[in-house]
This record gives sequence, C-alpha cells and structure tokens, in this order.
Amino acid sequence: MSNTNEKRDTYYDTIIKQGYTRRDFMKFSTYMAAFMGLENSMVGQIAQSLENTPRLPVIWEHYQECTCCSESFIRSNHPIVADIILDRISLDYSLTLMAASGHQAEAAKHDTMKKYYGEYILCVEGSIPLGDDGNYCCIAGKSAKETFLEAAAGAKAIIAWGSCASNGCVQAAKPNPTEATPIHKIVKNKPIIRVPGCPPIGEVMAGVIMHVVAFGRLPELDRLGRPKAFYGKRVHDTCYRRPYYDAGLFAETFDDDNSKKGYCLYKVGCKGPMTYNACASMRWNNGVSFPIQSGHGCIGCSEEDFWDNGPFYERTTKVPGFAVESNADTVGKVAAGVLAGGIALHAIGANISKRKELMKRIKSDKKNEKNIDS
Amino acid sequence: MRDRNFKRVMVWELPVRLFHWVNVLAIVALTLTGFLIANPPALQSSAEATNLHSFGIVRFIHFGAAYIFFFNMILRIYWSFVGNQFAHWRAFWPFSKKMWNNFWHVLKIDIMLLNEEHPNVKDISIGHNSVASLSYVVLFLMALIQVFTGFALYADTSGWWLPQLFTWVTPLFGGDFMVRTIHHITMWIFIFFSLVHIYLVFYHDWLEGRGEVSSMFGGYKFVRSDRFIKHEKQAKKDKVKE
Repeated sequence: MSNTNEKRDTYYDTIIKQGYTRRDFMKFSTYMAAFMGLENSMVGQIAQSLENTPRLPVIWEHYQECTCCSESFIRSNHPIVADIILDRISLDYSLTLMAASGHQAEAAKHDTMKKYYGEYILCVEGSIPLGDDGNYCCIAGKSAKETFLEAAAGAKAIIAWGSCASNGCVQAAKPNPTEATPIHKIVKNKPIIRVPGCPPIGEVMAGVIMHVVAFGRLPELDRLGRPKAFYGKRVHDTCYRRPYYDAGLFAETFDDDNSKKGYCLYKVGCKGPMTYNACASMRWNNGVSFPIQSGHGCIGCSEEDFWDNGPFYERTTKVPGFAVESNADTVGKVAAGVLAGGIALHAIGANISKRKELMKRIKSDKKNEKNIDS
Repeated sequence: MRDRNFKRVMVWELPVRLFHWVNVLAIVALTLTGFLIANPPALQSSAEATNLHSFGIVRFIHFGAAYIFFFNMILRIYWSFVGNQFAHWRAFWPFSKKMWNNFWHVLKIDIMLLNEEHPNVKDISIGHNSVASLSYVVLFLMALIQVFTGFALYADTSGWWLPQLFTWVTPLFGGDFMVRTIHHITMWIFIFFSLVHIYLVFYHDWLEGRGEVSSMFGGYKFVRSDRFIKHEKQAKKDKVKE
C-alpha cells in the first residue's frame, strides 16, 4: 500500500504517473470546480492545490450497507476521481476495493492510523448496529462500533457516505431490529460531513472529498451537517418539471395522458418537494438522467427516515400512531364529523335543559314587544 | 323578574374586531389553499406550462395570507398590552383562582348544561369566559406552530431574512417530511376550533340574549345593570363626600 512510501506524492504527481496528461488534469480541476459550484477563477486554485498537496490518507470503512455508495463513486463523471481517490493512490483501507485482504488489510489500516494519526480522512459507508452488543456487524472479529471508534479517534474528519451512515437508511426503518445507528450519534467530537442519499450522486461525493483535499477544510455545511453546495436546494426547486407544477399540470396516474406529456409527478407521490439533493441539477450517470426525468417520482432517499415516511406513490404522509392506510385528512374528516355530531347533540341538549329559562325569557320579551309605544 | 335593564358596553375595540376578521379571512384563505396545495386537482388543459401559473397563484395566495396572518398576530400581541381589559393579555392568563372558578362554572353550566338554583350575575362573563380564553391560548400556540413550520418550509424559496429566521425548525424534526405533516395536522385543529367556536357564539347569543354574535361587528355587548350597581353606589357616595 502507498503508505509505505516515505515521501508522499502530491495528487498531481500521481495523476501524471497514471498516464494522464496535463490537459486531462486541468479538465479534471475544471470539472471539480463546477461540481462544487465554484466560479471560474477558483479552477486555478484547485489545480494549484492538487499540485502541491501531498495526498490525504483515506480509510474507507464499510458497515451495514450495500456498497451502492462505492458503486456510485467509482462511476462519477471523470475517471480521475475513481483513479485518484479509490484505486491506487490514497485509499489505505477499503474492504471492497483494496488489493490486500485478511491480516494484511488490517495491518495496512493500523499502519495508516498510527502513522497519520490526526491527519487521515475517515469515510464511513453504512450504519452501525448497536443492538446485542453490536454483534450484527463484525469485521475481523471486532464489532462495527469498536472498529469505528478506533478509526474515528485519529481521524481529521469523518465523511458519512450515504443515507446509512447519515440517517440509518433502510436497516434503521421501524422496528430497526439491529438498532442501526447513524455515525453522528456515536461520535460527537469530530467534524462530520453527512452526504446522504441512497446512494449519493458520484459527483457529489467527488466534490465533497475534493473540497477537503483542495482547500484543506470542510465544505460549508447546513444545520444537518450536509454540504450546502449540494444539499442546499430541494429536488423540487431545481426540477425541470417545476413549470408544470406551477401551472397546476399534474400526472394523476403513471399511465395517463398527463404522465405521457411529462407533467409534474407531485400527485403520484414524488417526494422532490421535501428532499434536499442535487439530483435535478447534477443528474445521474454522468448527467444522463435522474428518476423524475425517467418518469418516476423522487422517493426522498436522502431524507431522514424516508422508509418510514409513508408510501412512495402517495402524496400524503401517514399519521404516526394510526393504521398505515389512514392519513391526516381521513383522520381529520372523521374527527370533524364526530365533532359536528357532538355539536348538534349539544345544541339539542341545551334547548331541553335550559327550556324553563328560555321560555320565561321569550315570554317576557314578547310582552315587551307588545308594549312598544309606536 | 325577567325585565332586566341592560347597559351597552364597548367590549371589543376596533383593533380587536379588525384583528378578528382579518384573522378569519387569513385562516379561511390559508386552509382552502392549504388543502389545494396538499392535494391539487389536476388540470385538464392543453395549454403549455409557459402560459399557465394557476398553482403558482394558489401558492402565492397561501404565502401572502401567511404573512398577513403573521403580522396580524403581532399587532394583536401589541394590542394585548395597550387594549382594554377584555383585550389585555391578563384576560388570557390561565394561572389565577378567578379564572379557574369561572372555568368550572362554564364547564358545569355551558358544557354539561346543568342549571343553577341561584345564578350569580358575576358568573356571566362580559368578555371571554375562562374556557374561551383558554381555547384562545391554545389556538395561539397552534398559530405559533403554523408560523414556525410554515416559514421553515417556505424559507428555502425566499431570500428575505424573516423566513430565514425559522430555518432551524426543519433539522429539529429531521427534515421536511415531519414538518409538513405537523403543519398539515395543525391545520385540522384550526378547523375543529372554528366549528366549536362558531357554535358556541350562537349558543351564547341564543341562551343569554345579550348580543354575542353582533358584538364582533359593533363591539358592543349588553351587560345587566345589576353588574354596575356597586360602582353606582360608590359613585353616589363619592358625590356626597364632595
């Protein structure tokens, strides 16, 4: 592994060694600036920083997850991303992608952790089960929690890849049998970047890691710890079908005429209006498409508890504590009906119970009417 | 015995009445557009999206009404410091013995519909009765929930600093999903409140016959003159002394 080299190559050195040209490198820097939403003049800064910065050691841990984050990452737009970060250069430990295995792999990780204590970036893919002493996920004879705490201790920063590490994702859905826990609930004293999504967009992942590399600090984060550059807008607010929404043109079902015309998928359960992600602006698979463009609503995979937040194909979110079928409006209508019935009964009851007083008053007031001097 | 003398009393001052009706209009507009936003009817139109902005208008009305609702509420809070005794914040303060005595009385007489042998004129509230006051306190809290969740949902599409003040609400509930659900459920509480509120206004007007319904238009209620006797006696005494 590369951490046995005494002199640490810069990112530029390694890129050139890979056989890329200077022109490729500049294109890559430009891509990265664009992903991060930076202006033109920052391209030079990224290039310069990649030329001068020795590569950051990265430990990439996999816990309860499906590796879709890694899959997404190695398919990001520019081949250098995968080459530089994952393949040969800076990845000191990743169960899935490293060449070494078994004791060798563990040794490489511990080497890095010791040698670059306080310097390396810890990337976490997957949630950590806390139930039954963490026995649901063990690697090399240690529970995920143990391994994570060990790796987190010397990390400069932690990146929580995907919804598993950020929110718990599907394995944390009710009843969460393994007590799958997102990492920010386990380690509190380290800067954590949450990059939710199932998986996150490859370019977003590249952008986040390149930001740390190029500028030596974390990107600007929102209150949930997500990079603002990618999670600052709702999918809905950047969606190309948004004009249909504002016009009131909606698909009612997936096979109706409106759906064919490409109208807004709001009524068939698109979660774009509640989901913060860059899908609509960056799109997927090198900018080819994204779910809504393919005619399927957003399922809100980058939002917390998206599995528990009601059906994917309905607009309404279910009310906690009620049967799955009921939504706020059904409950509301029934309650309003009961209330109206109660009011009617009360009105009848009032006239019966207070009849004496009422009759007296009506009688006297009728007399008053007769006595008017007109 | 039934021939009571009534005195006309200005109970709801003009700002209170204005607040009430602006609030009514805002809540009606917010609820109607809110339902439309939650479950919009799909237009069957051959027009291009470029030439249509119907749903945008619905949303615009919702946001506009929300601002009116919000600032109206602020003005009402201001008036609760300078207004008369019926508009004053003390009238809504639930932690006094008088308040709770009246609360049980209203519960017995108006909710459980029991009758009294010897009604005490002082038990008939001139402004809000205690149960009503409490319900307005609860409604005020509901309004706060709507303001906080509403502006939190709205903030991302606005550049103004005011909605930005509420951006911390969304992370509190983990995301827009929960905030939306809370916003939607709380709207139903407004509907339930309105049903009961309107019924009870008619109930009091019918059973007490002192202008409950019209009071929110003209501001006057009719108060039995024996409610004033003490003061008149006092006034006479004062005159004698002079």
